[in-house]
Amino acid sequence: MRIGAVTFPGTLDDSDTIRAIKASGAEAVALWHGDADLKGVDAVILPGGFSYGDYLRAGAIARFAPVMGEIIAAARGGLPVLGICNGFQVLCEAGLLPGALLRNAGLHFVCRDQWLKVENAGTAWTSRYDAGAEIIIPVKNMDGRYAAPRSVVDELEGEGRVVFRYAGLNPNGSTDDIAGISDPTGRIVGLMPHPEHAIDALTGPSDDGLGMFLSVLDSVVAA
Amino acid sequence: MIDSVDNAKATPEQEQPFRELGLKEDEYARIREILGRRPTDAELAMYSVMWSEHCSYKSSKVHWKHWSANTTPEMKAKMLAGIGENAGVVDIGDGWAVTFKLESHNHPSYVEPYQGAATGVGGIVRDIMAMGARPLAVMDPLRFGAPDHPDTKRVLPGVVAGVGGYGNCLGLPNIGGEVVFDASYQGNPLVNALCVGAMRTEDLHLAHASGTGNKVILFGARTGLDGIGGVSVLASETFSGDEGGTGRKKLPAVQVGDPFTEKVLIECCLELFAEGIVVGIQDLGGAGLSCATSELASAGDGGMLVQLDRVPLRATGMTPAEVLSSESQERMCAVVKPSDVDAFMRVCAKWDVIATEIGEVTDGDRLVITWHGETVVDVPPRTVAHEGPMYERPIERPDYQDALQGNGPEQLARPSTPDELRAEVVRMAASPNLASRRWVTEQYDRYVRGGTVLAQPSDSGMIRVDEETGRGVALATDCNGRFVKLDPYTGTQLALAEAYRNVAVTGATPLAVTNCLNFGSPEDPAVMWQFEQAVRGLAEGCKELGIPVTGGNVSFYNQTGTTAIHPTPVVGVLGVIDDVRRRIPTGIGAEAGESLLLLGDTRDEFGGSEWAHVVHGHLGGLPPKVDLARERLLGEVLLAGSRDGMISAAHDLSDGGLAQTLVETCLIGEVGARVFLDQDQDPFVQLFSESAGRVLVAVPRSEELRFTEMCTARGLPWRRTGVVDPESQSLEIQGVGDLPLAELREAWEGTLPALFG
Repeated sequence: MRIGAVTFPGTLDDSDTIRAIKASGAEAVALWHGDADLKGVDAVILPGGFSYGDYLRAGAIARFAPVMGEIIAAARGGLPVLGICNGFQVLCEAGLLPGALLRNAGLHFVCRDQWLKVENAGTAWTSRYDAGAEIIIPVKNMDGRYAAPRSVVDELEGEGRVVFRYAGLNPNGSTDDIAGISDPTGRIVGLMPHPEHAIDALTGPSDDGLGMFLSVLDSVVAA
Repeated sequence: MIDSVDNAKATPEQEQPFRELGLKEDEYARIREILGRRPTDAELAMYSVMWSEHCSYKSSKVHWKHWSANTTPEMKAKMLAGIGENAGVVDIGDGWAVTFKLESHNHPSYVEPYQGAATGVGGIVRDIMAMGARPLAVMDPLRFGAPDHPDTKRVLPGVVAGVGGYGNCLGLPNIGGEVVFDASYQGNPLVNALCVGAMRTEDLHLAHASGTGNKVILFGARTGLDGIGGVSVLASETFSGDEGGTGRKKLPAVQVGDPFTEKVLIECCLELFAEGIVVGIQDLGGAGLSCATSELASAGDGGMLVQLDRVPLRATGMTPAEVLSSESQERMCAVVKPSDVDAFMRVCAKWDVIATEIGEVTDGDRLVITWHGETVVDVPPRTVAHEGPMYERPIERPDYQDALQGNGPEQLARPSTPDELRAEVVRMAASPNLASRRWVTEQYDRYVRGGTVLAQPSDSGMIRVDEETGRGVALATDCNGRFVKLDPYTGTQLALAEAYRNVAVTGATPLAVTNCLNFGSPEDPAVMWQFEQAVRGLAEGCKELGIPVTGGNVSFYNQTGTTAIHPTPVVGVLGVIDDVRRRIPTGIGAEAGESLLLLGDTRDEFGGSEWAHVVHGHLGGLPPKVDLARERLLGEVLLAGSRDGMISAAHDLSDGGLAQTLVETCLIGEVGARVFLDQDQDPFVQLFSESAGRVLVAVPRSEELRFTEMCTARGLPWRRTGVVDPESQSLEIQGVGDLPLAELREAWEGTLPALFG
């Protein structure tokens, strides 16, 4: 099982994502933004950070990187893709997920141990959780406020595509407390909080994040 | 016309604006003597910036003798590089070397809080990279004026956003620091930045240019007009050589940072180090290329020839003097063998980093800089970088010192009834210097890179260095400026003692010391007295603790008019822990059935205390007594307790005394406790005294006897002072009352958000 983690210039959590992939038992494959080559991976993760310094708009430039052409095509063909934080922003900019991530309501960067409710345990990235489970993983971003037209949000809610919701205090004012969403197939998921920083209670608030990396292994085996 | 060396020779009498550039008459005369002619504009710009207080340490250098006089061979043995390098380096074992340094960015941060603080982070990170290390984490000791002053509301949010904005985008966890309020910093906030990095011991890179024919490569951002120290003079009409004319855009003296460029530069540098193609490397910080070229050449064994017109610029019409003095951020300078230049350029191209060969190492002993074929600088580099002026400034104990020390806290009204004591505990917990720092630290990423084991609100930050073995480092910075004001020698040793203790309470072994000495004007004999006392106190204290000072930074002129800040020698202590999995957390309640033990002696000591400051606005008397042998013993007991799994939590006692430590221990652990005070000592003294050398530990009941017997055997005073109550959500202090955690949390966490939104 091989899972790729993409590095753009300005990506920060790539080494953490690779550590988390390894902790789940899979082989981690480093993917470079400038290479239009997915190296035959079974799933791809776009890690967090500030690709291209968030210039123009978070994720707006990374979306045009050579590797993204391959990812977009493969994702439309069913390749599981997880976008974390900046990766979620890139997926929205690339049109693989609807909506956008705006500046936090408090206008500050917020780094916090955040409770999340798993709303949909049926996606490629959440099957190891129980629906309705509450997990604690770090959130850390400047532009994390999910927003979309009401009709889009209604569609997401109606189709069970709101995958994670902030439990307790909403850290950024996102619509309907949305923390993460999926595409209609449940194979493409984006979320603002950082599961790769919750794989060991020594260095994170819990190991609740590991479930996402384990889930995708199940889904790849099943496919 | 460009002011070349030939032109300088031909026009010896030309007036030069050396005073406006900050040089004294005799300093200018010395430059003429060194060169045997008048300096060119470019040379004058170089000398003036390199001989500034900031770069040359001309007022403080004479006191460095205290460091060497107090460093024993045993202390030296752990140091792989010390004072004089970009940052000190210590051996932490398992083949790892760790480098760390503190630096000030006080003045720029007052003028432009966001960019000043941001570029402070950027600069210290490049210092660490220049040692060949991967930066691992940052910390920021910050000091502001009165919390409710309108200007604090301008400066603090900007500084915090700048530290966060740069550090977060750079991908370095912020693992601690300080936020202190005191009216003495009103016109001079202190923005200090610390960075720690690690490397394999064999990968240590020192800044020097050796090997005739080796190439000098400038890489990173383009050079622009921002951050030119003497911009007002350099860009003025009277300064010959400026061809820009009146219409040119004048940019601010505070540099503008681009953390994205720095992040890419870090990764590029690390790949260059890994390829083994860097002979010498130097960051471009204060004084820009003037500093980098003269320091590289000065530390090497040859001379250097630089073609300055090759430097990639972001502004047109820049003069050689401007190019040399620009402090544009995110630039590095490397010395590379000719055969490795292609490989070097390939790595830079991969990371889209601009790299330009600007010169080479020569076999002479001159630094020669040309501009479109004309020689504009021809100097002995050591005279620029290392042999600047040195002053023995007058030193005089201030007249007010006796009156200050005579005005002790004894006459201050003290709370005595249970109700009064209870109210004081809550009031102190909510006071700006003791309240939760969460509003600040939530704006910093503490998780990135996945190695953060402890961060605020722990006493130290702790980072895992080796993922296989679990070896890591702990870091704390401390300074109570009020203590230093009352007695600079003792106050500085108290700062050292607190930082040492903060490292020890996490289970780590203190190993090395850095500092950032923030003082008023060195031209004031009273300030120089404080400074001399502080340096001597720190040096002698380090000797007693057996840990070396590996580096430091001095920031003078922190004053408004003739009123200096409280002398603030911020002390950073680095400790090593062989396995971060045995770190001691701050919060109680991790294990069932814990006893609370207070280690150390509590005396009636309130001079300079937080209580006197908050309740009475009083500063006078003497600071608490310092006993470094006791601190060392305390550290040894904590280490032994941690190694044998006898300690489940620990928190040091400092500002606010036992009361504050109890409040924080319960709130962080989210569990209540029952506390019994000593019947033979005034409850007020027990709760609020700031006697040094004390730690509150939580010990599982099964280990209590073993632990207390160890303390007794080693001669460390201890007192069983309470029990953790996992069923309770209240801090119950016998004879004082019941303090529900909800009430305490509201007091502790509400203050900063209420002040700063």
